[in-house]
Amino acid sequence: MTPATTPETAPAPTSASAPVLDVRDLGVCFGDVPAVRGVSFEVRPGEVLGVVGESGSGKSVTASAIMGLLPSSARVSGSVRLHGRELVGARDKELNALRGRAMSMVFQDPLSALTPVYRVGDQIAEAVRVHQRVTKEQAMVKAVSLLDLVGIPHPAERALAFPHEFSGGMRQRAMIAMAIANDPDLVICDEPTTALDVTIQAQVLEVLKKARDETGAAIIMITHDLGVVAGLADRVLVMYAGRPVEVGTVDDVYYRPRMPYTVGLLRSIPRVDRGAQRRLEPIEGSPPSPAALPPGCPFGPRCPLHVGACDEAEPPLFETGPGHLAACIRWEDEAASQAETAVSETGTAAEEAGTAAEEAGTRPRAPAEAGEAEEAKEAAVPRGEPVLRVEGLVKDYPLLRGAVFKRRVGTVHAVAGVSFAIREGETLGLVGESGCGKTTTLLEILELARPQRGRVVVFGHDTARLGPAERMAIRRDMQVVFQDPLASLDPRMTVHDVVAEPLRTHGLGDTGRRVAELLTLVGLEPEHAERYPQDFSGGQRQRIGIARALALEPRLLVLDEPVSALDVSIQAGVINLLASLKARLGLSYLFVAHDLAVVRHIADRVAVMYLGRIAEIGSVDAVYDAPAHPYTQALLSAIPLPDPARERSRRRILLEGDLPSPAHPPSGCRFRTRCPKFRTVLTEDERVLCVEAEPDVLPVGEPAGDQGAACHYAEKLDVVQPRRNSR
Amino acid sequence: MTLPEEEVAEELTPGVPGRGPRRAPSRGRVVVRRFLRSRQGAAGLAVLVVMFLLAFAGPLLSPWSYTDRDFTAFLQPPSASHWFGTLQTGADVYAVTLRGMQKSLIVGLLAALVSTALAALVGAFAGYFPGWADRTLTWLTDLLLVLPAFLILAIMSPVFGEGTWALFVLMLSLFLWMVTSKIVRSMTVSLKRREFIQAARFMGVRPVTIIFRHVLPNLSSLLIVDATLNVSAAILTETSLSYFGFGIQPPDVSFGTLIADGSKTAVYAPWTFWFVAGLLVVTVLAVNLVGDALRDAFDPTSTRPR
Repeated sequence: MTPATTPETAPAPTSASAPVLDVRDLGVCFGDVPAVRGVSFEVRPGEVLGVVGESGSGKSVTASAIMGLLPSSARVSGSVRLHGRELVGARDKELNALRGRAMSMVFQDPLSALTPVYRVGDQIAEAVRVHQRVTKEQAMVKAVSLLDLVGIPHPAERALAFPHEFSGGMRQRAMIAMAIANDPDLVICDEPTTALDVTIQAQVLEVLKKARDETGAAIIMITHDLGVVAGLADRVLVMYAGRPVEVGTVDDVYYRPRMPYTVGLLRSIPRVDRGAQRRLEPIEGSPPSPAALPPGCPFGPRCPLHVGACDEAEPPLFETGPGHLAACIRWEDEAASQAETAVSETGTAAEEAGTAAEEAGTRPRAPAEAGEAEEAKEAAVPRGEPVLRVEGLVKDYPLLRGAVFKRRVGTVHAVAGVSFAIREGETLGLVGESGCGKTTTLLEILELARPQRGRVVVFGHDTARLGPAERMAIRRDMQVVFQDPLASLDPRMTVHDVVAEPLRTHGLGDTGRRVAELLTLVGLEPEHAERYPQDFSGGQRQRIGIARALALEPRLLVLDEPVSALDVSIQAGVINLLASLKARLGLSYLFVAHDLAVVRHIADRVAVMYLGRIAEIGSVDAVYDAPAHPYTQALLSAIPLPDPARERSRRRILLEGDLPSPAHPPSGCRFRTRCPKFRTVLTEDERVLCVEAEPDVLPVGEPAGDQGAACHYAEKLDVVQPRRNSR
Repeated sequence: MTLPEEEVAEELTPGVPGRGPRRAPSRGRVVVRRFLRSRQGAAGLAVLVVMFLLAFAGPLLSPWSYTDRDFTAFLQPPSASHWFGTLQTGADVYAVTLRGMQKSLIVGLLAALVSTALAALVGAFAGYFPGWADRTLTWLTDLLLVLPAFLILAIMSPVFGEGTWALFVLMLSLFLWMVTSKIVRSMTVSLKRREFIQAARFMGVRPVTIIFRHVLPNLSSLLIVDATLNVSAAILTETSLSYFGFGIQPPDVSFGTLIADGSKTAVYAPWTFWFVAGLLVVTVLAVNLVGDALRDAFDPTSTRPR
C-alpha cells in the first residue's frame, strides 16, 4: 500500500520527543467481567489522541484507570507510565501528587464536577493551591487569569459566582480552567462536550485547542462523536468491546480504515453535508455485553466481512501501514476493496481517499439505492391539504416565587409565535438547541387543547373547537414517539401490552395477531411480545415505541428526538426504519431533534427554532446548502464533520455567549445579542432595525421559494461546503 | 437489523405465516405464570390454603366444639382425647384455636387487602388529579392520621356485636391506610411526569384507565409489601383489641383473646399458648412468602428465573 499523503498539515506531533504517557497492555476487571482488555497507546507532548467508541466500549474506564480513580473492586493489570513513572499499583499519596499537577481530567457533566457550595473562583484557586506554594490572593489572581484564558467574560466578577449561576458551557470552561491550572502535561477529557449544544460545543472545543496551545499539554479526548475527533485529534484509537480495534493517524483512520467496525461506524453516521440521497448503513446487531463476549473477534457477529476464521481467535493488532494498526484478519481485503473504488475517482488525495471510504460502502447497493432515492423524492413531493398547521402558537409559563403565597415574578416565553405546516407525506424537522422551545411546541400540539394564543389545526380541525369524540378520533391519527425509549415504555408492561394499548384504547379487538404483525414490521420477532422492555437494547426499545405508534395506522407521527439516546451504529438502523416506513405507509412526520445531521437525512423540510421563534424554515436542501439566517449559519458551521481534512480547513462561525433566558428575551430580533452579523457586518443605522423590530419569517432568495428566514438582513451563505457531487 | 423495502412489503400483508394464533402474552398471564413458577410463592400459597382448610374443616375432625367444656379435664396437657390439651375452663385448645383462626385469618387478610386498596386508590387519585380532588383527599387522609385510631376503635367496639365482623374489618382497615396513601400520592405525582404516562395520555387513554393500567402496577412493589405487612398488623391490632376485651367478644374467640389468656398460663401449661402463637407465626410467614413471590412476579427487573 502507498504511504499516507496528508495534504493539509495537522499540528504535527513531535514524534521525536519521549511520550508523556505510555500505556501498555492495560486491563481492568470488575469481578470476573473484563471491562478493558489489552489497551496500549502512547501520547506525546502537544498531541491530541482521540479515543472513540460506543457506550460500554470501555473508554471511560480506561480514562479512570489512568487517573487511578477506579473503585477498589476493580482489578487493574498492565502498565501506565507517566514520564516513565509507573502509575498502576502506585500508592494514593503518590497519585495525589500527580493528579491535577501532571495530569488532570475534564468530566462529562460539568455540574456534578463542580462543588455547588463554593464559588467557582475559589474552586480553581484551590486547585492551584493544592500543588503550588502561593498565597490565597495569588491563587485567586491566577484563577481569574485562567477564567479569562478560557474565554469567560468579566472573569473577575464571574469568579465570585457559584456554579449554578454558570451555564453549561461556562461550567465546562471553568472545568477546563481548573484542569490546566497547574500546567499539566496530560489532560484527559471524558466526553467534555456531550452534554452541550453544538454552538456551545464549538466554543468549548476552541477553548480546548487554545488550552493545548498555551500549555503544550497532551490531550486524550474521549468521545463517541467521530466529528469532534476529526477536527481536534492527531491520532485516533477506536475501541470496541473493551479493546482497541484500530489505531492510527486521523487521516488513516477516517480515509483508509482497515477494521470493518470503523468502516461501519463511519458509514452509519448521518452527516450534515450529505442528504437523503445516501441511505445510512447501520451495523447489524448491538455491541456485546462484556460479560458474554462472542468467541474469536468480538465484532464477528456484526461484521459484514465475517468468515469462519474470525471465530477461532481474537485477532491481534496488525500493522497495516506506518503507525496504523487494525485488529482484523481481513484488513488486506478491506484495503483492496477501497483501493479498487478509489481508482475511478479524481480529486485531491484526501478528497479521493475520503470518497473511497464512502464509495466502498455504497457500491454494492448502488442500483437499489437509486430506486430508493427516487422513491424518497417522490414521497417528498408535497401534496394535498396540510395534516398539521400551526399558526402563531404561544406558550408562556409563569415564574412563581414564594412558598405559601405564590406571586408571579415573571413570565417564561417558551414558545413565542411559531407557525409552520406539514403536508401529507412530508417530514418537517424542527431543530434547535436545548431551551429553544421545540419540545414545548410539540407538547402543545399533542395536548390538542386551545393554545394560549394562535391556532393549531390538525387534519383540518381547529384544536380550540374540538369535542371529546373528535379529539379521540384525532388522537388515533396522530401518534407520538418519545426520546428515551425506556422511559416512554411502561416498565411493568409486557411488550405485547405496550403495543396493544392503543388498539385497546380505541376499541380494536384481535390484538395478538396485530401485535405480532407490528413487531415484525419494525424488525423484531413476534416471540418478543412476552418480554419486558428492559430486556431489550436501546435500539430495539425504540422500535417497540415505533411499533406502538404505528399500531393504529396513524397519518401523522410526532417524533421527539427519537434517536438521540441511541448509539451511532444503532441510530442509523432506526433512521432507516423511519424512512422506509414513511415511504411505505405514506406517513407524515413532525421530527423534533437537536441533531441537524439526523434531520438532514430524514426530513423534507426543516424549521430552525431559536428562543421560542422560528429563525429559518425551508426545504432541507435549501436550508442546509444555503442558510440565510445568521443563526442557522452558525449552527450548521458548528457541527463537526467526520472528515478530518475538511474539518481542518473549515471556517467556523463561532457564536459568543449563551442562549439568553427565555424570561427576558432581547428586544427586537431575539438573536441580535449573539448575532455575528449584527456585531461585525451591520452599520450603526442598520442595527437600529434589529433592536427595534422583531423580524417575521419572510421568503428569501430569487426566485422566492419555500425558504424563509426571520432576519432583516438575510443573505444566503454556504457554510457546510458540500463536497462536489462525485457520483 | 436493517429492513429492506421488499421485506417491509412482505410483512405488511396481513397475517404472519407459519405461526398459529398464539395466546396474547399479556401482563396478567405473564405475572400468573411467573408467580406459579416461583417456589416460595407456591409454598406460601400452599401453606395458606392448608391454614384455611385447617381453620374451617379442622373442627369437624374433633368431637369438641369451642363452646364445649370438659369438666373432667382442666388444664390438661395434650392427650388422645384433647389433641392440643385443655384450658383452665376445660375448653378444648384444638377447637378453640381453630375457631380463633377462622376469625383472625379472615379479619387479617381482608383488613390488609381493604386498607392497601384504599391507600392505593386514594393516593393515586390524589396524586393524579391535582386541584380540588387532591386537596379533599389529602385533607381526609390527614384528618384520619391525627385521630387516635385506637381510641375510636375502642369506643366503637360495643357496636361490633355478633355478625358484624365485616364492619369490624372495615373499621380496622380504615385506620391502617393513611401513611401508605401519602407515599402512593407522592410517587404518583412523580410517575405522572414520566414519558410512558404522557404517551398513554396522548394516545387517548382515559385518566382512570391510566391509573389502573400504568400507575398502580408501577407501584405494585410498594403495595404488595404494604399489604403483607398489613396482614400481620391487622391480626395483631385485632389481637390487641381483643386483648383489651373489645372486638371479638366471648364466648367467641380469636387469636388475640387466646394469646392473651394463654400468655398467663404459658409458663406452666405451654400448650395453652404455643399452639396459637405458632399458627400465627406460620400464617404471617406464609403471607410474606406469597407477597414476596407476587412482588417478584410483578417486577420485571427481578433476577429470579421466570
